[in-house]
Amino acid sequence: MAADLLALRGITKSFGRVGVASGLDVTVSAGETLGIVGPNGAGKSSLFAIISGDLRPDSGTVTFDGTDVTRLPPHRRTRAGMGRTYQIPRPFEKMTVFENVLVCASEGGGRRKRAALELAASTLERSGLGPVANAPAGSLTLLQRKRLEVARGMATDPSLLLLDEVAGGLTEPEVAELVTLVRAVNAEGIAIVWIEHVVHALTATVDRLACLAGGRLVADGRPADVLADPLVRELYLGQAVTTGEDVA
Amino acid sequence: MDLLNAVLQGLLLGGLYALFATGLSIMFGVMRIVNLAHGDLAVVASFLALALVTNTFLPLWAVVLVAIPIFSVLGYALQRTLIQRSLGAGPLATLLVTFGLSIVLQNVLLESFSADTRTLEAGSFATSAIELNDTISLSYIGLFGLVAAVVTIVAIQLFVSRTRTGRMMRAASDDPETASVVGASPAHIYGIATAIAFATVALAGLIFSMRSSFDPSIGPSRLLFAFEAVVIGGLGSLWGTLLGGLALGLTQSVVSHYDPASAVLAGHLVFLAVLAFRPQGLIPARAV
Repeated sequence: MAADLLALRGITKSFGRVGVASGLDVTVSAGETLGIVGPNGAGKSSLFAIISGDLRPDSGTVTFDGTDVTRLPPHRRTRAGMGRTYQIPRPFEKMTVFENVLVCASEGGGRRKRAALELAASTLERSGLGPVANAPAGSLTLLQRKRLEVARGMATDPSLLLLDEVAGGLTEPEVAELVTLVRAVNAEGIAIVWIEHVVHALTATVDRLACLAGGRLVADGRPADVLADPLVRELYLGQAVTTGEDVA
Repeated sequence: MDLLNAVLQGLLLGGLYALFATGLSIMFGVMRIVNLAHGDLAVVASFLALALVTNTFLPLWAVVLVAIPIFSVLGYALQRTLIQRSLGAGPLATLLVTFGLSIVLQNVLLESFSADTRTLEAGSFATSAIELNDTISLSYIGLFGLVAAVVTIVAIQLFVSRTRTGRMMRAASDDPETASVVGASPAHIYGIATAIAFATVALAGLIFSMRSSFDPSIGPSRLLFAFEAVVIGGLGSLWGTLLGGLALGLTQSVVSHYDPASAVLAGHLVFLAVLAFRPQGLIPARAV
């Protein structure tokens, strides 16, 4: 197999006495889809923040596409090909949907003038947002906002897309639509790392599933195997049933 | 006819207020910073022009062309070094930093140029006027201020709505963290916004110094007019700032026609009335 697209080695991060990562190792190959589950407070959001550069680890390295990016700010990582979405969609509310995507195409995607317009237009088409291209992003429905999050990630022309609970809060048919979109993105050769509480959305999409608990991976492998793991069932699935959705 | 003259003079003065307030409006709109050194920066521009005119053979128009790019570079550098560091620490930190900058600038000017009141000799440009009739004459410098304000604000609006960097400015103004996730460097975008703000404050400062005398400590009282123009017009809206500047100039000029001593007070009262009854301003902000 080719060299890893993304590799986290020995990542440790704590806030005071609360550890969110302790000696974490994660690798993602080019074009791969990795789903990450874990109980609330397992460090999933911190993991994304460390990968995307919002958070700097206390120790350990983040390597992306053969380069050590541990000390790079978020915008440089985006330009290097790392797209991400937020759990709670954060569109530029006052700008149109098209402008939202155009900004990504010209900044993260590095496209100029006509090429940026074309990438933005094709991204909207591929993500099913064509009909609302000229609407202010603040006026979108939740599903459309989630689509816009993915579309913005796509428009930065990534080789890796980090999805942070994009299926959360959606109805079943909406989850199915989003899964279709994510699979289409992956079919273009873009690797996906997807944190999600809606487990069946993950199992319908990913090649590999990992379970994060207490700041380290407690399981990592084929989705069916990971979900059958007694520790995972106890840690995560049991709790998810009783506590419901993670809103943190 | 005298009243008509007061109205026209008010519009000319208001144009200059609007131009002067543009930089304050941009910095607030993009970075949510109230730059308390804004007035002092205009005064620095006046003294810079004075020094250049006195010590070089540059004509005044060339001084204007030199001072504006100097201020842009200064703005970018100041944002990247001083202001960006304070942004993370919340609104109070930026207020304190710009307040400190204001004090430093005033004292540097005082050390370098003494407390004397100065004027910038602008020759026939400063004294010539278009005589419409016996009572109405429009000074070149006044017209220049109004035209410069309108051109500057239209140009910035076009820049912000049409260009790639302008779009990023709106995005960073909306949500800097997300802007960095889509691949833009907020610090760089903020630097450009500050460079534009400093260029406009330099131009306004130069026009001020051709119209009236100045001294190192006049900055804060000028800042007040810019602040009033921004608030009357609506925080974060450039068209609002243009309208706010014109409203302030008009109020001062028309009241001055009846009672010169109450002119500035009348402007303050309009400002207070807007704060009390229409705090969002005449034209509330949409983007930038």
